[in-house]
Amino acid sequence: MSGAKVPADISGHMLDLDEEEDLEVFSKNTSLAEGNPMPNSPDSMVNQFRLDEENEEEQQGAINKDIFVTVDNPESHISAIETFITYRVVTRTTRSEFDSSEYEVRRRYQDFLWLKSRLEENYPTLIVHPLPEKFVMKSMVERFNDDFIETRRKALHRFLNRITEHPILSCSHHFKVFLTDEELAPHRKLGPGFLSRMSETMRAMANSVRGLRSKLEEFAIMQEYVDDFSNNMCSVDKVTHRITKEHREYMDELKQYGPTYFQWAESEELLAEPLKGVGSCVEKCSKETEEQIQYLSEVLVPTLHEYVLCADTLKAVMRRRDNIQAEFEAKNEALASKTTDKEMLQEEVDDLADRVEQANNALRGDWSRWRTSMRADLKSAFISTAAKNVDYYEKCLAVWESFLLSQRGESMEQRNGADAS
Amino acid sequence: MAEDVKGESVASNDESDRAASDESLSNTMLTEGSCLLRRMEICVAEAEKRSGKNAVSMQETYTVYLVETRPMDAIAEGRNPPPDSLWRRYSEFELLRNYLIVTYPYIVVPPLPEKRAEFVWHKLSADNMDPDFVERRRIGLENFLLRVASHPVLSNNEMLYHFLTKEHGWKEMVYETGFQTKVQADSRLRALSATFRVRSPHKRLVEMKHYSDGLQSHTSQLLRARTRVADRLYAVYKVHGNYGRVFSEWSAIEKEMGDGLQSAGHHMDAYAASVDDILEEEEHYADQLKEYLSYAEALRAVCRKHELSQFELEMASQDLISKKQQREELATGIVRTFSLKGMTNKLFGQEAPEQREAKLNLLEELIAEGEETVKEKTAECDEHAEKAWADIVRFKDQKDKDLKEAFINYALMQISMCKKGIQVWSNAKECFLKM
Repeated sequence: MSGAKVPADISGHMLDLDEEEDLEVFSKNTSLAEGNPMPNSPDSMVNQFRLDEENEEEQQGAINKDIFVTVDNPESHISAIETFITYRVVTRTTRSEFDSSEYEVRRRYQDFLWLKSRLEENYPTLIVHPLPEKFVMKSMVERFNDDFIETRRKALHRFLNRITEHPILSCSHHFKVFLTDEELAPHRKLGPGFLSRMSETMRAMANSVRGLRSKLEEFAIMQEYVDDFSNNMCSVDKVTHRITKEHREYMDELKQYGPTYFQWAESEELLAEPLKGVGSCVEKCSKETEEQIQYLSEVLVPTLHEYVLCADTLKAVMRRRDNIQAEFEAKNEALASKTTDKEMLQEEVDDLADRVEQANNALRGDWSRWRTSMRADLKSAFISTAAKNVDYYEKCLAVWESFLLSQRGESMEQRNGADAS
Repeated sequence: MAEDVKGESVASNDESDRAASDESLSNTMLTEGSCLLRRMEICVAEAEKRSGKNAVSMQETYTVYLVETRPMDAIAEGRNPPPDSLWRRYSEFELLRNYLIVTYPYIVVPPLPEKRAEFVWHKLSADNMDPDFVERRRIGLENFLLRVASHPVLSNNEMLYHFLTKEHGWKEMVYETGFQTKVQADSRLRALSATFRVRSPHKRLVEMKHYSDGLQSHTSQLLRARTRVADRLYAVYKVHGNYGRVFSEWSAIEKEMGDGLQSAGHHMDAYAASVDDILEEEEHYADQLKEYLSYAEALRAVCRKHELSQFELEMASQDLISKKQQREELATGIVRTFSLKGMTNKLFGQEAPEQREAKLNLLEELIAEGEETVKEKTAECDEHAEKAWADIVRFKDQKDKDLKEAFINYALMQISMCKKGIQVWSNAKECFLKM
């Protein structure tokens, strides 16, 4: 790496990745024309890394991306054997490791799963944003239901975008393959993935019996946080689901309530107009409630859900880190009890020791990065929800105030009329 | 003090009596000077629990309400006399109302607050002893008295006056009027003529009857739907209280986000708590609607009673016609219509001339009686219809005015609820910004 500037929150050591090319960082002076967030021309893209350690958030925002990915256009793919949905994945980039600046491929959910497992395998202690779940058991939603597909599409879009924002993951070879290769199937069949997954499980089983020798306190603290965070996220998620449910039931009753005013109005004379007034206010408020629910389901619910899944991801990351350490400790123990042929084993142990250090450093670096984006995501989701609720009440307020005005204005007229006569 | 008032009211009663007889009915309606409420300030000030033995010597707990009265002229003069007061049970209010209904069958008598809590959303207590229910009932009873005392016809009633001023012996006085016999007679007649059809129904009153049916069904549908909405609204608000608990737990593990989360949680608790007041206020709206639900019944009763009068009249007319026919048959010996008498005459020969004479005389008497009856009942019916229509017109105006105001108040309640919501969520947003 030749004088490359690296963001300070990623520690010095880069993971040893055989397929990976050296990270090359461009530094052009051309600034973004028109400030367009989604530049189309490679020349208008700027790539800068700032070393500002103090303001992490600013840093996140200041990194001008050189790769943009969108997931859209879900389509049914019907074959003799099966039916599934594919999504269009469009990539625009100026990165040199990409031969072209634009790519368009179609991917199915399984392909995303493949990418995720590849990334986890290659970067075991980096935090990969979760994928939407395979099935949604709770709501018994059909796989090909429009809402389900749209929700999934958005989550897949977020998943890929998180990767593009990640300084290390975005450079993953598998990521590039995912974005560019026409056919992913051949890659899926090859690769050590399956086997390494197997061995990881076996190692985990073996290690859980022995237990870790010494867990660094910082990781113990991290583990505790992860467990608490998981519980808290689940609670917040559950409460939010319950709120959405109650909102829906409230809206259903409002829809029944409004018409009773209109029905009554039919048999009244002077009272008909105020009755219809109240009825239409109730109607309008129920529409606002519908919108509010929609917003809640589109903004807060998915975000919370993703962080529930994140908690699981974090647990897995911690486990993998523990396994790496356990593996080293096992070999180290074996070395200690050996008397002959020590050199080869020593080399192995040294390699494993390096691996442990790299894993720990990667996790440390990604940990603060994750914490920052978690905070930003959840904060933003709650702020918008609160704002939407304020907006909801403001709209309802306006509805009732205009009714009040019409009624009071009328009674003023009546009084004036009576005085006149 | 009570003496003065009594003296005054007696004098005024005489005045209003003269007014009623001299002027037309409609004028009496307008002369508000005859209203009891003008002369007397009335309120139901308090409620208290009592226990004692009831009619079957069983221990029971019941609520009594303090009815206070003060002479208006004393207040107008700036003197502030202490009120006269007495305690009344709900059953005594019922007795008063039943008496008024029987005594003024053509008046839409104001209803009492409900005997048992209906249209209850789940958190609201259906218990008659619940303090909120008792309080709302107190207001309803006061409202009843104010309506009756300001009614152009009802306010002049003596039993009403005694209800307000004579604590002991009032019940006996009411029973002594013998109004219950009328109730019995009415219900007997009603049972007899359960499916009677009136030949020439009073068009406007029949329309009113249909209107009252509609009013009853519409208000009860509205109340039922509102109750369900209230239930759901309650759930929405209360569930947000869980955010308070959950945010608090979460804030414990977060360094930067902790404060923001914690304070946002407090606002969520406040939000959840705010629904209790909101829904309690809405109960007043429900009470106003319930009053008109009961009013619908009273309106229907007036129309129905007229139908009964009409039916009685038609029965009497029918009876008169058949008696006249009998007289004709006897007098001329010609049997126009088939009758058992005609048959037996044909078969066994007619009776002796002396018997015929006696029968004819009796018939003449009965016919004369019958004609009187028909005249009386026709006048009664017409008077009933006229008076009823006048009160119905008054009732319609009152209803339109009251309900329009109720809807305005409802809108004010909704506005207040929205403002509270804006406040809470703006505060929460501020807290989230600090996360």
